Amino acid sequence: MAKSEYIIEVNHVSKQFEDGKFALDDVSLKVRKGEFVTILGPSGCGKTTLLRCIAGFQVATEGDILLNGEDVTEMPPHLRPVNTVFQKYALFPHLNVFENVAFGLKLKGVEKVEMERRVKKALKMVSMSDYEYRDVDSLSGGQQQRVAIARAIINEPEVLLLDEPLAALDRKMRADMQLELREMHKKLGITFIYVTHDQEEALTLSDRVVVMREGKIQQIGSPTDVYNEPKNCFVANFIGESNILDAVMVKDKLVHFCDRDFECVDKGFGEDQEVDVVVRPEDWYIVESQKSKVDNDDNPWQLHGTVQSCIFKGVHYEMTVLTENGYELMVQDYHCFEPEMEVDLLVKPEDIQVMAKARLCNTFEGEVLEDNRVLFLDGEWDISDRTAERFDIGEKVEVEVDFNHINLQDDEEDGTLSGEVHFILYKGDHYHLQVRTDEGDDIYVDTKDIWDVGDRVGIKIAPSWIRLYKVESEE
Amino acid sequence: MKVYQNRRTWAWPYLLFMACLVVLPLILIGIYAFTDMQGHFTVQNFLLFFSKSEAVNTFIYSIAIALLTTIICLVIGYPAAYIMAMKSFRTPAVIAMLFILPMWINFLLRTIATVELFHIFNLPLGEGALLFGMAYDFLPFMIYPIYNTLQKMDVSLFEAAQDLGANRIRVFTKVILPLSAPGIYSGIIMVFMPTVSTFAISELLTHNKITLFGSLIQRSFGEGGTTMWNYGAALSLIMLLIIAGTSFFGQGDADVDNQKGGLL
Repeated sequence: MAKSEYIIEVNHVSKQFEDGKFALDDVSLKVRKGEFVTILGPSGCGKTTLLRCIAGFQVATEGDILLNGEDVTEMPPHLRPVNTVFQKYALFPHLNVFENVAFGLKLKGVEKVEMERRVKKALKMVSMSDYEYRDVDSLSGGQQQRVAIARAIINEPEVLLLDEPLAALDRKMRADMQLELREMHKKLGITFIYVTHDQEEALTLSDRVVVMREGKIQQIGSPTDVYNEPKNCFVANFIGESNILDAVMVKDKLVHFCDRDFECVDKGFGEDQEVDVVVRPEDWYIVESQKSKVDNDDNPWQLHGTVQSCIFKGVHYEMTVLTENGYELMVQDYHCFEPEMEVDLLVKPEDIQVMAKARLCNTFEGEVLEDNRVLFLDGEWDISDRTAERFDIGEKVEVEVDFNHINLQDDEEDGTLSGEVHFILYKGDHYHLQVRTDEGDDIYVDTKDIWDVGDRVGIKIAPSWIRLYKVESEE
Repeated sequence: MKVYQNRRTWAWPYLLFMACLVVLPLILIGIYAFTDMQGHFTVQNFLLFFSKSEAVNTFIYSIAIALLTTIICLVIGYPAAYIMAMKSFRTPAVIAMLFILPMWINFLLRTIATVELFHIFNLPLGEGALLFGMAYDFLPFMIYPIYNTLQKMDVSLFEAAQDLGANRIRVFTKVILPLSAPGIYSGIIMVFMPTVSTFAISELLTHNKITLFGSLIQRSFGEGGTTMWNYGAALSLIMLLIIAGTSFFGQGDADVDNQKGGLL
């Protein structure tokens, strides 16, 4: 087989656990030799599972993993040319620092003089030269981490896998280790695959970032790409602070949100297409309002509002501004704008990131039942007489419900279905919720009410807001 | 009543208990071992033991039997503990229970039942029966400490070893076995010590045909009134030294063992 330009190829890998849940869902990823790739995502997104599949501790249920063009999907971990730095270091407590680092070489039967030379070199690399004969339990967290790294790189692996290696360290130590890891990556010239839930760490360290959520890859790109041009709301929300707003693309390079048109640089969405826009809080220009003075068409300021709160964040201040048309925006500036102050805001066209919406409304497959009812999502819902008239009983239909026409109830017994709030996105004047039903289906809801992730809710839909469409038969 | 508020006073009953039932008897054994019936100092009791080849042989034989029992328990017990400790096993609690269950019954009753078992299957009593009975009686004491250390082990250590190039066998010999050493050590101590001094099991399972050191001591005290007490005390002292010797064997690791929850 011809040598591939990629050292690691993950092709359509899925991992399903015994309980039927997918930890990985059709994940594909290609990593070039010498790259520093970070897999980033909240806990439970499958990032560690992906790493463990590459290391060989878990076997993918579907798809394959190639290492240097060779299929290693089912190869046991001890035969793979990769080494892992574990989250909790996993140093052998019965061995001292030297013996821990030498473990891999001993297994290979490397001769003593050579082994000593290489152990010393590896320990020097992680600045732990004077600790050779120390008991690993007597080391601090940071020192244990260094030993774990030395132990992993001594085998000269082609790929080094790091599973949240800095998670247990304090902030300052983490920052130092980040720099050292970057240095080490340069010196060793091998491929690093790094797993973390810390977006700052991901942006600082990597050549490329892979953002994951619920077993699926959301976006792969350079740190600047994923920050400046997030592909969807999840990425925008997860990486850095952001204002995410519902918008309509009026035409190419003109987008409408916060009740006015903004010039932007995106095109190709089609006229009047509903989209999401992201404006980073640091991209707003903010000044004290001069409304009294300038009230003509030359006023360059786009939005007018009142400061709600102002928090000092070290380098900058973070303000929430309520615009006169009712949108709450997060704004960062080096200057402090006191609450109650009237301000004007402006954003440059290139700082508006337009994203296609994943969906415009909820759509489900359903079946019309007797007595003006329709079955979908394992629930029976009432529909209006007018809607019911148009369909036969037993007919398969497509069901559509708008986000803002779904009613969430405090008491889950009150709903036709019950579920749990799974993900929340603030959109300036309302919340966009992802509610997971007990059967595992997702319903998306726009609401002004405040819910928390994990809240149990009852789901209700008024009959008149359920739209049914005939399924076009394929025959 | 200040004195009751001092926590040290709580230790007094225990100190008293130990003084009466541990220290005093030990002193008495020492005194008896080094005196004759008239109460004069002598080392005659020890000389008597070493001059009787029968007694010395019994002593060596007892230690050999105890060692053999310990080895049998280790060979059977380690895999059992290993299987129970592995996460993939679904009902470790039940299995652990089954191994521990015999301990609910007094070992004498179990031994008598074992004798009946041999009768039913028409098997001869003797050395084989003795080893069987001893291993059967003491197996839980081997399994439990090993199970305990294995169960507490961090799975990521095995993964780290695999990751560094160890196959399954190497993971076992290089990581699992050395890390379970504290458990093995406690298991050995807990089986070896009582088996050296046992006498009831040997008497029942061999119809008194095989005499172990424990029986020798017991007979010195049991028969013939008080005539043999000094000799018996000397024998007890020798046995005590042997047991003390085995417990100090490997004492160098004891601190580490304790940290890792070795001794049970």
